[in-house]
Parts: sequence; structure tokens; C-alpha cells
Amino acid sequence: MTDALLPGANAQTEVPLKRRLRRAERARQVKALALVAPLLVFLLFTFAGPIAGMLWRAVDDREVRQVLPQTIAALADWDGKDLPDEKAYAALASDILAARASGTVAIAAKRLNYALNGFRTILTSTARNLKAVPEPGTAKETLGKINPAWRERATWTTIKDASGPVTGFYLLAALDLTRNADGAIVAAPSDQAIYRDIFARTFLISLGVTALCLILGFPVAYLLATLPPGRSNLLMIFVLLPFWTSLLVRTCAWIVLLQSKGVVNDSLHWLGIIDEPLRLIYNRFGVCVAMTHVLLPFMILPLYSSMKAISPAYMRAAASLGAPPLTAFLRIYLPQTLPGIGAGSLLVFILALGYYITPALVGGAADQMISYFIALYTTETANWGLASALGAVLLLATVLLALVYGKLVQGQQVTGGMKN
Amino acid sequence: MEAGMVTPAPALVRFSGIQKTYDGEHLVVKNLDLDIRKGEFITLLGPSGSGKTTTLMMLAGFEVPTQGEIYLADRPIKNVPPHRRDIGMVFQNYALFPHLTIAENIAFPLSVRNTSKADVQERVSAALRMIKMEAMAQRRPGQLSGGQQQRVALARALVFNPQLVLMDEPLGALDKRLREQMQLEIKQLHETMGITIVYVTHDQSEALTMSDRIAVFNDGIVQQIDRPDALYEHPVNSFVAHFIGENNVLAGTVETIDKDFCRVALANGGAVTARAVNVSGAGASTSLSVRPERVAIVPDGTSSEGPNRLPAKVQNTIYLGDHALAVLEVAGNGEFMVKLQPGAHHSLTHGEGVTITFRPEDCLALDPV
Repeated sequence: MTDALLPGANAQTEVPLKRRLRRAERARQVKALALVAPLLVFLLFTFAGPIAGMLWRAVDDREVRQVLPQTIAALADWDGKDLPDEKAYAALASDILAARASGTVAIAAKRLNYALNGFRTILTSTARNLKAVPEPGTAKETLGKINPAWRERATWTTIKDASGPVTGFYLLAALDLTRNADGAIVAAPSDQAIYRDIFARTFLISLGVTALCLILGFPVAYLLATLPPGRSNLLMIFVLLPFWTSLLVRTCAWIVLLQSKGVVNDSLHWLGIIDEPLRLIYNRFGVCVAMTHVLLPFMILPLYSSMKAISPAYMRAAASLGAPPLTAFLRIYLPQTLPGIGAGSLLVFILALGYYITPALVGGAADQMISYFIALYTTETANWGLASALGAVLLLATVLLALVYGKLVQGQQVTGGMKN
Repeated sequence: MEAGMVTPAPALVRFSGIQKTYDGEHLVVKNLDLDIRKGEFITLLGPSGSGKTTTLMMLAGFEVPTQGEIYLADRPIKNVPPHRRDIGMVFQNYALFPHLTIAENIAFPLSVRNTSKADVQERVSAALRMIKMEAMAQRRPGQLSGGQQQRVALARALVFNPQLVLMDEPLGALDKRLREQMQLEIKQLHETMGITIVYVTHDQSEALTMSDRIAVFNDGIVQQIDRPDALYEHPVNSFVAHFIGENNVLAGTVETIDKDFCRVALANGGAVTARAVNVSGAGASTSLSVRPERVAIVPDGTSSEGPNRLPAKVQNTIYLGDHALAVLEVAGNGEFMVKLQPGAHHSLTHGEGVTITFRPEDCLALDPV
């Protein structure tokens, strides 16, 4: 019938029709791509690139290889059971002299010092005291005389472990693990094993802040969703107000409020409730209060949008069917807000995981989260490897969480999220 | 009008002097006294903003009367919260809980009443059988069509045997054919189960089809409460005459009143005899109401004099399948409708002068519009 109606739309022209459709579709796709292209390029340079760089730095290990190339080559077939042979010592002496000439000893010293405390001294003292290339056959003796550490196996295994080009050293360190002299993965010595605690603390604080945000945000979101538009808009402005001031200002405001001579303590003292000022800041309490304040809107907004979609008719229907208000809330309202609760909690939790400035300003030493240490290693000690490894672990944990959430939400949509 | 009713059943619901205002200035419900009898199907009919939905919401407990009291089975319920009123309700957009299955939706009123599991299961499957949807028990509301959702909402409101069922424009979202089918189904349910139903609609044909009695609302006041046929035949005022069914209006002035009938002079000359329903006295202006099917077109000059004969001019004819309409100009009203047998419209030509006639009993003199 359509053949008769459309001139030329018979069997022979079917392919051109398909091609025409494709061409039309392609034009649309190109247009869509052109629209997102600027953002895509921007993200590539500012997001994907740096993250890939960070992940690479977490396993990159080429410093020692660059400074001590001959030593690394000589150690290639060393079995690690006894001290290496004379050849390795000679190569090391030659490498150290070359490095001293080019001023790169410190680079290798820094990297080796991460793995073995005191290696910096070993290497710099050797570089300082090695006058010239030792006579053939005497390299082992000469170096041993300069620093007895060269007569220890551990010194040499450290160099071999750091020979690169890639290493699991930083990633292991980020998880409080290390390799012993035999190359097995073991728990790091207790004085270096701090990261698991810090990760646990980071997750705990984030979880607590998420719970606080949910408890405080739920009623506000409910009010926002149910008030008449005029008043709801006003309330929304108050909710969004924190976004209008900088994070730093808000955090500093909390310092003013919570410090021992601050507004809260003075008021409580004046009211006669307390004699001694309460310790409200530079501890876990201060961190949770300040972070909750900052992150609250990120909980309220998804909750609000999920509640806005719930017709008041549902609660009326529940009441007319005999459900008391609490039952109606628990069985009808709450289940329908679950997607909002999930989205808000995930958002707040992930943002909290990466929090840095707020704990740094209002937290004590025991309240610093993982980002603080990442910042410390990048800006203070320039240990990019460890900073990147910590970042990679954090990223992995976050991605896993997001995947779990995605799975949960998907399940919801298949079975539940239907709206009339 | 009510005197003619056969032995009225006792009132299940009594609205007594109910007033309702939302803003403290305008009364949405002005002064409502209304009895709803046990077992009857009563429809609250009126245009939007007439107060019918507010009345229903006050009965359901979602709105509180500003003044007056509502009695349910002789018990004042003004201060009883909705969940303790034992009133089932069907909402405009069904309000089926989207996160629960059909069976869970229907089981909800039973489970909140702590009914035993076995009992719940039995009654839910009976309800599903009643609406012929056993196969869909495990679906979710979003997977059903509008008509199916409507049935589920109905089953959910009936499953706990409430003493009263309220329906707030429940068929508004359905297409015409489905709506008519559901009207019959609801009517049938009402008859077989003997439940009391209060139904709100703005669709007069829906009200006529289903109701035992209709309360016509306008402007916060019940204009008339009566059986559908009585509303149609004996409207008490122009609003009811106009709102129920098709209606032709002619403006005029009362000349004389003689018991039940009066002589009315039309605005542009001519006079007719009409039943004096709602006229204050001689000299008062009035609005005549004539139903399109009670008017006949007679060939010009066939008979000399009759009771009500008026000259008319054919404006248009409309063919509607089972009948046809002639649109005439009569005494200044350019949209005077006359119902014709199908085919009869062929004999009329546009602009032709004809004579119309109707019996004085079919012409009601009502309050001026």
C-alpha cells in the first residue's frame, strides 16, 4: 500500500532509503558529538589525563634505574641469596661516580630511602668518600670500607627491588604491606603501618557524616517537597545558601563558633550549663559538624527530587485504606524515597571520602583523612609514588561503591521504580 | 420532589450545616445539609470549583469543615482521623502504590488491620477474581493499562468491606469507550454488593447513567438533589436545567400566572405558555427552558393557531448518526437545537423559515440566567 503511495519506494530503492536514514542519523550524531566535544576534550585533559598519570605514578619506578644503570644491569641475574659478586660492586662504584658528577645521587637516595630507612646516608656517604674508580677486583673491599652497609644483603636487595621500571612497592605500602628480603609480601613494620587505620578512619568519618546528613536532611527535604511553592522556594534558598560562600569561609566560621572561647562555649558558660569550656573543635566532633554542614545540600537535593515525585495522593490513599500516619510513612512513603536516599548517601559519602581542607582546619592529628596524607606526600615530601598509590586505592574503593550502588538502583528500577 | 420516593432507607451519612472556607474570605461550601442513605449510589455533580470535591474530602477526612458536623452512622466524625473512618476511597489517578504489586496493593488495607495471613490471601484472591485480574497479581501498577489500574483501585477500596465508598472522578483519565464500560461495571458492583457509594463527577451523562440520586452543586450550594429522571424532567432552576442534558434557553417576561402555568412574552415579540416553576410573579423576567427532543418542526402555515408556535429560521443541520440536530434561530436565540429523526435534516434548507411547536408542559419558566 505504501509502495503505491510513495513514488519510487519499491524493492529496488529500499537500500537507498536505508542509506538515507543512516545519513540522516549520522548528521544528528555528528551534531550531538560536536555539542559535547568541547567538554569531552576539557575532561580528557583535566580529568582522564591526570587520573591516568596518577595511576601510572603509583607503579612507576625508574629513578634508581636512571641513576644506577650499570648496577641494575649487574644485579639482573643476581639470585639474592648471598652478597652480589665483585662485578656488581664495580658497577655500583662506577655508577656512583657518574651520578656524583651529574648531581643525581640524591634522586636515587630518596627513592631507596623510602624502602630502607638510612639508605640516603649510605649512598651519600659513599658518594662523598669514593675518591676514584677502585682498582679492578678491589671494589667490594673499598665500598665495604667506606660504608659497612655494602656488606649487607638487605642493602643490595633494596636496590634490586627498586630496579623498576614498575613496582608494587607503593601500592603495597598504601595497604601497610611490604616485601621482605626474600621477596614475600608481609605486613609492614608497625611504625610504618598507618594507612589501613587512616583508610578506616576516612570511611568511618564519611559514614558518620553521611548518616548525620541523612538524619538532618530528610525532614528538611520532606518540608521542601510538601510546603506551598512560595515558602518552599524560600526554604530552598536557605538550603542552598552554603553554596554561596566559599568552603574555607564556612569552615573558618565553625572555628569561630566552636573554639574554646567561641560563641557556643561562651553561651553555654553564660547560661551556667558548663564551667569548663567544652572541647568542640580540633577533634572528631568538630570534623563531623563542619563536614555535615558543608555536605548537607548534597543530601537534601536528591531527597527533595525523589520526594517531589511522590504524589500526596499516595499518603491519602494509605490513610483512607486504614493506615495510621506512621504505618503509611514506613510502608508507603519511605520505600518510594529509597532511590533519593541512595543517591544522596552515595553522593555525600563519596564527597566526604575525598575531604581535605575541612578536617585539616578543624580536626586534630587523629582526625586527618586520607586526602590529607595524599596532599602531604605530594606537596611536602614529594613522594609522588606513595601519594599516587593512596589515591589509587581511594579511587578503587569509590568506584567499587559506585558500582554497587548502580547495581542496587538498577534492581530497583526493574522491580520497583514504576510510576503511573 | 422527595415526597414521591419509596420508603427512604435510614441516613448513613448526614451533613449538617456544613461550611468550608480555605482562605477565610470565600466559602467553598456555603451551607450544606445532605443525607446519604444506606445502600444508595449518590453522585455529587457540578462544574469544577462548585464544592463537590471539597465535600467529598471532608467526608473522607482530608479536609475539616469550617462549621457544621458530619455524622457517619449517627456518630459525629469531624474529629475522627481518615484512617479510623472506615471509608474506602478511589482516587482520580488511582493512587496505586507504585512499589507494591497488585496483590500487595489490594492486601494493604487488610494488612494494616492486622488481618491473619490466610484471611488476607483468601480475600485478596476473591477480590482479584471479582475484577478478573488473577493473572496479574504479581505485576506492578506501572505495567497495567488505565482501565486495569482502575479496577485494582476499586478492588482495593472494597476489599476491607468499608461502610462507605467514595469515588473522586475515578474514570476521568479513561477514554470514552472504557469509561462507559467501567460505569456499568461499577454500577453492577454497587448492585451486587449493596454498598453505599458517593461518587463525584463533572460529567452529567456519567451521573445520569450510574446514580440513584444526584446532588447538583454550583457555587458552593446544592442546587437540587433528586433521581436522575426527576432532575431532567423537573429541574428547579436554570442552572440545573442547563447542566443536566441539552437545553434551549429563551429569555422573556412573565405576563400572567395561572396556577401551574404562565404566559410569557418573548424578548422579540411573540408569547408562549409555560409551566411556572421558578418565577416570582407577573412582570418578572424569566428564562424558558425547552429540551431539544420536545420540540417539533412543522411545515410553515399548516395549522393556524396552537398553544406554543414560534417562527424560526434554519441556521444549520448536524448529522449525528443515531439522530440529527437542526440549529435554528428562535426569538433571538441563534443556537436553538431541535432533535430530528436521522434523515429528516435533508428536508431542511439553510435560511428557510419554519415553525416550531412544543407543549406548554415541556417548556419550563425558570429564574432568569
